[in-house]
Parts: sequence; structure tokens; C-alpha cells
Amino acid sequence: MTLFETTVRLVPRLTLLLLIVPVAAGLAGVVAPAFGWLPALGGERWTLAPWRALAQAPGLPDMLRLSLVTGLASSLAALAIVVLFLGAFLDSRLFHLVRRLLSPLLAVPHAAAAIGLAFLLAPSGLASRLISPWASGWTQPPDYLFPGDPAGLALIAGLVLKEVPFLLLMSLAALPQCQAAERLQVARALGYGRLNAFTKAVLPGLYPLIRLPVYAVIAFATSTVEVAMILGPSTPPTLAVTVVRWLGDPDLALRFQASAAALLQLGVTALALLMWWLTERLVAWLAAGWLENGQRRRGERLGRGFGAGLTGLAILLLGASLAGLALWSLAAWWPFPAAWPSPMTLDTWRAAADTAPRPLAHTASLGLAATLLAVALTIGCLEAETLRRRALRPGTQLILYLPLLVPPVAFLYGLVQLQAQLGLTPGWPAAALGHSLFVLPYVFLSLAESYRRLDPRWGQVAAALGASRARTFWRVRLPMLASPIAVAAAVGFAVSVGQYLPTLLLGGGRLATLTTEAVSLASGGDRRLTAVYALGQLALPALGFALAGGLPRLLLRHRRPSP
Amino acid sequence: MPSRSPLRHAAHALLAPLLALTTLGTAMAEEAPLPEDWADIEALARGQTVYWNAWGGDAATNRYIDWAAGRLAEQFGVEVVHVKLDDTAAAVSRVIAEKSAGNVDDGAIDLVWINGENFAAMKRHDLLFGPFASRLPNLALTAPDEHPEVRTDFTLPTDGFEAPWGKAQLTFYYDADRVEAPPGGMIELLDWAQTHPGRFTYPLVPDFLGSTFLKQALIELVEDPSVLAEPTDGHDVEALTAPLWEFLDALHPYLWRRGRDFPASGPQLKRLMGDGELSLAFTFNPSEPAAAVAARQLPPSTRSYVLDGGTLGNVHFVAIPFNAAHKAGALVLANFLLSPEAQARKQDIDIWGDPTVLDMTKLTSEQRAAFDSEDDHPARLPPDAMGKLLPEPHPSWMEALEAGWRERYADDG
Repeated sequence: MTLFETTVRLVPRLTLLLLIVPVAAGLAGVVAPAFGWLPALGGERWTLAPWRALAQAPGLPDMLRLSLVTGLASSLAALAIVVLFLGAFLDSRLFHLVRRLLSPLLAVPHAAAAIGLAFLLAPSGLASRLISPWASGWTQPPDYLFPGDPAGLALIAGLVLKEVPFLLLMSLAALPQCQAAERLQVARALGYGRLNAFTKAVLPGLYPLIRLPVYAVIAFATSTVEVAMILGPSTPPTLAVTVVRWLGDPDLALRFQASAAALLQLGVTALALLMWWLTERLVAWLAAGWLENGQRRRGERLGRGFGAGLTGLAILLLGASLAGLALWSLAAWWPFPAAWPSPMTLDTWRAAADTAPRPLAHTASLGLAATLLAVALTIGCLEAETLRRRALRPGTQLILYLPLLVPPVAFLYGLVQLQAQLGLTPGWPAAALGHSLFVLPYVFLSLAESYRRLDPRWGQVAAALGASRARTFWRVRLPMLASPIAVAAAVGFAVSVGQYLPTLLLGGGRLATLTTEAVSLASGGDRRLTAVYALGQLALPALGFALAGGLPRLLLRHRRPSP
Repeated sequence: MPSRSPLRHAAHALLAPLLALTTLGTAMAEEAPLPEDWADIEALARGQTVYWNAWGGDAATNRYIDWAAGRLAEQFGVEVVHVKLDDTAAAVSRVIAEKSAGNVDDGAIDLVWINGENFAAMKRHDLLFGPFASRLPNLALTAPDEHPEVRTDFTLPTDGFEAPWGKAQLTFYYDADRVEAPPGGMIELLDWAQTHPGRFTYPLVPDFLGSTFLKQALIELVEDPSVLAEPTDGHDVEALTAPLWEFLDALHPYLWRRGRDFPASGPQLKRLMGDGELSLAFTFNPSEPAAAVAARQLPPSTRSYVLDGGTLGNVHFVAIPFNAAHKAGALVLANFLLSPEAQARKQDIDIWGDPTVLDMTKLTSEQRAAFDSEDDHPARLPPDAMGKLLPEPHPSWMEALEAGWRERYADDG
């Protein structure tokens, strides 16, 4: 075996190690305190007391219900919107427009989108200002409970906004693999309407390919902290928010109970996934007859209307949220009900420009390092598949998505414990490794299908010409995949830029990034400065996506056949 | 601050990780006991980098810390890194993790800005270094013997495990364009809320400021406030706190969002005032309303006042974790923060506006002059309007109130 092959074959194992060790160690770090063991706080006896305290916490049933309902409802809504949109508009003009908007929308970090949405829809928000006082008669903001409504509708809306672009991107990558175009053609030839053709002929093939991303969305939605803090209710909040609150309570005894709650959170996420999986079975069983009932146009127009309306609404809300942030970043004193800040000022941007270079550099260096590592490992894993001529085992694939499926609040604090145990200095290397933990699954999700789809005959032609496997990889496969690799890297970079807890905890707080600054400023009251940092948070990944679009073409221009 | 070009900043930040990689794994430095003499401590501190963990939610405070960092580099050759937290608990978590892992002399945190609750918890679990306050030459300027508040935090003696940094007094503020006569006490507040429904609220308990509101209300509503100075043990907590819960039961339907949702913190309370959703709010920093008007976050018609019967007040502190890697540097920084230069700048309304802990009689007339301000910002409480300072109840009362609140209102959705 050549050095190249040996190295490549080692990569999957190395990757698994990188993913399993921190997650498992992190979980172990919360299991012990959950059962009373934390000598630093005087816990030197195994006990079930933390669980008893948790069971008696006021509002626990509501927290659980809230986490489950918002997580499942938002995932379902996001998936429905994506399916309706693809079904009704695949390859139409609207479709290509949305496709172009996709990358920038994906670049919006969750927290920034949530802050923007909160400002848009709050009683004193942009929407209410636009109709006040001329239409609503409000000279002072009304007092309605949104966002933060007890049912979690605002939270669901915020999650849907961010998950639609993600699921859309994942679906677009999977469509060619399930031969969507051919299936559509056949169904259309048999007289099926667009939407019916898609849901009956394409969706059954598409869904298995996007199942893991959907699971990742459910796991995220049931355990998100940032979004739920900004848009969710407070009495009581979701379970994940409660975990963070208890971990942050000055009463250190609450940490035992918080660890138990973190494990419970893991259970909630698992339960949500199980419920979804059961529903999948049920739907597949119920839909069997429907698939073959031969109806070709039922619900066509309604579905198209919903598809267009909901996608448009999602894009509009996200766009308006960002516009609101931009306005706040330029605002001086901006009282209700003025819909336009006047006078406008660049003061906030100037103030930020003085302090931003260092966080900016940290954000960029962490993002680049984590992305580079994640892309290298992903390509190594996928190339190992090519060498072995079979895909990774399902168990292995599941582990790849472990950091997405296990709620970060459940293992990050334990990870800090491990870091301290090993005497690793908190700082840049630890934070970069922590970032790659979360970046890797997304890069893998984004790249795997394109990589696997690459026609193996290219490699065979190269081999027939006498090229070694290493040479085939470097000179043929890699350049042909430059574009999807660049997009995957951009996705990974965006994920890294948005990381808050890993940066703060593993960096020992010493690494200020745009996101840590934005979140700590959001804990203060100044929406203007928060807006500037949120926009900065958005600009960097957007730049990444722009580069991903242009760079491969530029680098490989000499490879194009001359006209 | 010495002006360094942004590019150099960026280059430094890009290089720092590479350097960190190369030094990773070098042996931990053996810790020598700190020298007795202050001059030796200053000498030891030279060249150290002090990681100061402090809440980073306020731009004015951040700029002040930035200034202090610059001064320390100039005067003492100590580099100060402000670790901006959204919650001090993150720092506490790290110290706990380090202690669990047996890291006793190479902690990541050197100095932490801390509130009374966190202090009490950290001290109880032996997570702090000290006593150190009496070593600081500038501590004498606070006249600690005459001002017990600079050596008690939350009624607990600090025993030298904290150095005072600034002062706070619960101060109410309102929008004068909308409110003619703001309520002067808790009973009046209830009346006011009934005529102005939805225009007042308090931060979610157990946020520091939210719990303070409960304590303030309890002091006013309890028949004999003197029992609050004693621990709850031996008192009928249920009976003594009953008037408070009655008051809150009556008040909640008239709060912002009918008391079904609460802002997470004091700063969010301020933001709701800025948005016009509230007409009356309160803060722990008496100059915050004026500073916020200057920063265009609150309406120009904002006015401040203190309740008729006086309000709670206390002092805030900095502390050093037991395993801080750079204790000498942390001491030098804590001492600098108590210097007349640093305290005068901190009190300046244009910089931060946090009241000083120094006793003016201990200063030379020159030093005193720096504290005089000719500012008469209308949103600011005139110094002579500061009402009676009420003492904090014993911490066990706060715990009882937080538990009682959680039981009654935490599931109100």
C-alpha cells in the first residue's frame, strides 16, 4: 500500500476518535454531578438527590412540553415549506432566484436572526412602528405578549426561518442523486401535476437522503439555547435554557440539579427523534395507498399557493429582520413610533471599528483552522470510501453527526472539566478543536453527496493512463470537486463563526470573537452595538460564500477547455 | 490608550495562536509565595498578563476597562486582558472545573468582578484567594474602619477576600413626558401600576436586580424590618413574607405583559424603557439613566429619583480566584482600580458614572478636585437627592424570597 492509501485509510478512524472522545468525555462530565459527585463543591457521595430536586422544580412539565413541541413543530413546518416549495417551483424562475438567495440566508447566525426577528415583531418593533400611529392609533407601544409567548410561537417562527434555508440546501444537494429530474419527467408524462408528481414520485426517493439533516434540525431545535433565550417564553423557559440558567445560578448547589437536567435534555432530544421516527413509519404506512391512487391534480393549486406564500413569508421575515438590524446600527435616539431612525449616525460603527479588529481576527483564524481541519478529515473519509468502494457503515455515519444530535449544553460543561483535567491551556488550540467538532458534521453533510456522485469512470480513465491513486486524487478528483468543496467549506466557516459556548468555554474566555462580543453585548441593553456585531457576524460568512462561488472558477480557469 | 494600528492588532491576534501552539505543554510554573513588600509585588507583576473576567454587556464599562488596561501597561508593565462575560457564572464554572481537576496554581482567571451572591458561594467553597485587600496600599483611601460597607458584601464580612471597586444604590427612573408623579414607595407603586397598566416590570428572579426589587419591597412591607438583619432561622418566614406575596399577587396583573413574561436582566429593562414599552424602571447604578440618555438609549425626558423611605445600596467588588496564575498582577490591578485617578475617571458621567468608594477626606485637595464635576445632566440624580441607604437583608432572606418566587410565579405562562 502506498503512503497515500495508508494515510487515507487512517482518516476515518482518526475522525471518529476526534468526535467520540470529546462528546463521551463531556457526557461523563455531567453524569457524575447528576448523581451527586463533584468534590470541588463538596459532592462526595453518590445520590439521587439531584434528580429528586429536578422532579420538584416548578414548571418542569411545561418546560418539557415546550422543548418537545417547539422542536417538533418547527422542524415539521420547515420540512413542509421546503417540500411544498420544491414541489411547486423546481426549476422555475422563482426557484433560481431563491437558490441564489440561499447562501447569504444560510450565513445568518441563529442569534442574529433571532435578535432581528424579536425586534421586527415586538410591540415596539418595526412592524408595529410601520402601522403606528396612523392605522393602529398607538402612540405608545401596545402590550401584547410576543415574542416570548407561552406557546412558543415566536420561538417556532425563529427556528423555521433558519431551518428552511438549511434543509433547502441539503435537498438541493440530494435531488440529482435521487434522479429527481428523471422521476419528474416520467410522472409529468403520465399527466401528474407539478406538485403531485414531486410528492408522489420524487419525495419517497428524496426523503431518505435528507433524513439525517432533518434529524440534526430536530436535535438543534429541541435543545437550542440562544434562540430560545431571545424568542422563547421565560416563565417557564425551555429545558435547555433552564439548564444554562441553573448552571449560571450563584447558588452553586443548583449545579447538581443542572447536570441532571442536562441529561434529561439528552432524553428529550432522543424522545423527539423517536417520535419523529415513529411518525415517519406511520406516514409511510398511511401514504402507501395515496401514492398509488392515481389522482394527478388534487390540491395542486392550494399547495402551490402555500409553497409560494410560506417561502416568500420566510424570506421576507428574514430580510426584514436583517433590515431592522441595519437600521438600528445606524440609529441615534429612535423612539416609538418613528419607523425610520432620524438622524442617522455612523457613531456606533465608528466605536465598533476601534475594538473590532481583534475579535475579527480571532473569528477568522478560528474559522479557517476549524474549517481546514474539518474539510481535510471529510475529504479523507470520503476518499477512503472511494478506495474501499463502499460507503461508511451506518453506525460510523451516525457518529459523524454525534455533535449535532447530542445537545451541546449536555456535554460542553463536561468537556471543560476534561480540558482542565488534562491540563490543556484554554485558548486558541482548544477552541479551534472545539469548533471543528461542530463544523465537521456540517461539512460532511454538505460534501458527501457530491463526492459520492462523482463518476468513478474518471478515476478509471486516469488509472488507465497510468496515474497513481494519489495523482488521480490530487489532479483529477479534487479539482473536479473544487466547487462543492468550496461550498462545504463556506458552510463550515459559517458554522464556526456562529459558535458561542465552545468559544467561551474552551477558549477560557480569552478569545473574543464577533459572536462572543455580540452575545455579551446582547446581555447589555445597547441594541445599536449589538446590531453592528450581529451584522459583522453575518458579513464574514457571507464573504466566505461569495469566495466559495468565485474562487474555484478563478483558480481552475486554465483547466477550462479553450473556446 | 496607546494607539496601536488595527493592522498590528490583527497581526498580533493571528500570530498569538501560533505562539500558543508552540508553548503548549510547557511545564507549569512553580509558584513562589507572594512577597510581603508591596514594591516587590509590583516588581513581580511586571511582565505578567492579567486575565480579568468582567461582565461585558456595557460599552461604557468596557471602554473604561480598556483605559485601565492601557494605564496598567504604561505604569506597571502589566498587560490586562478583559475577558468579557455575559454572566459571571461562566467564570465561577471554570474555577470549579479547575479545582476539580486539581489545578491549584495555574488558573485561567486572575481577577473577577463579582456580585455578592457569587462571592458568598465562592467563599463558602474555598474558591477565592486571600485575604488580600489589606495588602493594597490604596485600600486606606476608602477608610474601611469608618465605612463598614466596603468590607461587607451582602451583610457578610468580606474578610479581605475582595477589594471594593464601586458603589451602587437602587435608583428609579421614569419618562417625565409620560409620568407626572412617579410613585414614592411600594404601595404607591401598586396604585400607579393600576392606572398605568403594562408600563412597569422587574427583571426575572433570580436576576440580581429582580431579587433586589423583591428585597426592597419586603423591607417596605414587613412590619419590623430589623428582623431582616438576622438569618431566617428562627423566624416565621411564611408569615413575615406573606405581605410581599399579597403585594405581588395584586401587582402582577398590571405589570408589563401582565407578569407572564419578564425581562432577563437590568439592561433589558433599560432597553424596554428605550423602546417606550415601559414608563418606569430602576437600576443599581445611580448614573446609568443619565449615561444612557447621553448614549441615546433612553428618552431625553428621563428623570431619576430614590424612593421616599430610602433604597437598598451596596458596594461592588473584585476578587482573585484561589488558583489565579498571576496573583501579583491581579493585586496591582486591584490596587490601581482604587487609585484616585481610576476612581475619579470611573465616576465621571461621560466615562462610566459609577460612584466612587473612596473617602474624600482621605484625599489631598488636588486629588479631590478630580472628582468635582460641573455636570448637571437633568436625567441624573443630584448627589444631595440620594436618599437614605437601606442595609441589605441577611442573604438567607434573598434565598427564601427567590425560592418563594420560583414556587409562585416561575410557572405562570
